Amino acid sequence: MLYPFQQNPYIRRPPSTDQVRALTEAREPKPAFTRKVIEGGGRTVNLCFQCGTCTGSCPSGRQTAFRIRKLVRRAQLGFEEDVLPSDDLWLCTTCFTCYERCPRGVEIVDIVMALRNLAVRAGHMAEPHRKVAELISKTGHLVSLRDEDKALRGKLGLDETPPTVFSDTKAQEEVVKIASICGFDKLIAEGGK
Amino acid sequence: MAKYGFFLGCIMPLRYPGIESSTRTVAETLGIELVDLNGASCCPAPGVMRSFDQTYWMAVAARNLAIAEKMGVDIVTICNGCFDTLFEVAHKLNHDEELRAKVNKILKEASGMEYGGTVNVRHFVELLYKDVGVDAIQAKVKGGRKLKAAVHYGCHFLKPSNIKNIDDAERPHIFDDLVEAAGMESLEYKDKGSCCGAGGGVRARTPDVALKMTKENLDNMTDAGAEVIVDCCPFCHLQYDVSQPQLKEYSIPVLHLSQLLGLAFGLEKDKLGLESHKVKVEL
Repeated sequence: MLYPFQQNPYIRRPPSTDQVRALTEAREPKPAFTRKVIEGGGRTVNLCFQCGTCTGSCPSGRQTAFRIRKLVRRAQLGFEEDVLPSDDLWLCTTCFTCYERCPRGVEIVDIVMALRNLAVRAGHMAEPHRKVAELISKTGHLVSLRDEDKALRGKLGLDETPPTVFSDTKAQEEVVKIASICGFDKLIAEGGK
Repeated sequence: MAKYGFFLGCIMPLRYPGIESSTRTVAETLGIELVDLNGASCCPAPGVMRSFDQTYWMAVAARNLAIAEKMGVDIVTICNGCFDTLFEVAHKLNHDEELRAKVNKILKEASGMEYGGTVNVRHFVELLYKDVGVDAIQAKVKGGRKLKAAVHYGCHFLKPSNIKNIDDAERPHIFDDLVEAAGMESLEYKDKGSCCGAGGGVRARTPDVALKMTKENLDNMTDAGAEVIVDCCPFCHLQYDVSQPQLKEYSIPVLHLSQLLGLAFGLEKDKLGLESHKVKVEL
């Protein structure tokens, strides 16, 4: 006969084989990577106590398996091998909802940005993003000026070419030069590797 | 007459120039002088560019800020993305001399300019609400049909609120107030503060995920009986305008606040550039 307390699922049982394996194979934290995240702008990463308010607020996580809480935990532990190649890292729309609601004041979007900068430097750069970055670094704008845009602008009484870098070659050269000084053009050309 | 440097960005002048012409006319009607920031570039976009390299992102933004500083004007933008980049970089550089020196070193080598840390960055919606005021706007409204409007604030207009400090990020009202001043009824709808889905490079890399988020918002707007979507960001504008034909089941016209005010002020319809919209606007 089982007494009621023996049926209580919260009473400790011996760990299962899987749990034992997970414990013995547990990885050591890598503070060197966490340090890089902090230096890249994620200065509040260690304030997170894993409550999950962020994941509960995340509009992207509502549609996908992306869990921002886990991403922050991995950043805290310095598990770069999990974070950097991850597609999830790129599912954040930077909507700042989690950032606003975090009870610990963790600047979550800044952590995502620091991680993405590190991922790109490690060669994880999606082709559509690389193309956008290339367009900005070479032309100064993220979309092109097509004939139809010129026509509509003219019709609306605007200058056919907007008074931006598109109307000023010297200004455009300055923007291109910023990319070369920062090594950004090279980063894009080599796909981050 | 208040004078501001009008920061154009990319999507507005190149894909929805009607927002640009409307903004220029609406500003003139309300006594705001807009001057062009000649030679400005992409802000650069906070999604892809900040994700890729924050130093490059700050240096290009600092160049845009330096152009305004040289002209002695503050910046106004009608785009949440441009607002986010320019506001945040100005906030960092205006308060952190060490960082400013680091960024200026790059900027000086590339352009000969330096940024002194004196420019303020304003969002057009916030400028209208705080400096012009709801009453002054209402006074210019010529009338017209009262439509049920689903206001979309977007993410980077109010957030992060710890530095932007414009309105309550969870329960904002200033954009609704302006839309009501223009003679519309601003609806409450489920998850009103939600992201359109396009930001952070998500639209470029995983358009299907962006579309799912947009669809959920469109469902919520439809349930509330929305007859028009009003946004304050050309990128949200593009996401709602381009997604609806893809999803097929929706056809709610999308207007930027500048276009809505243009309509309300009785500007000629052909100056609003509505023909570049994918969802037909018949109001």
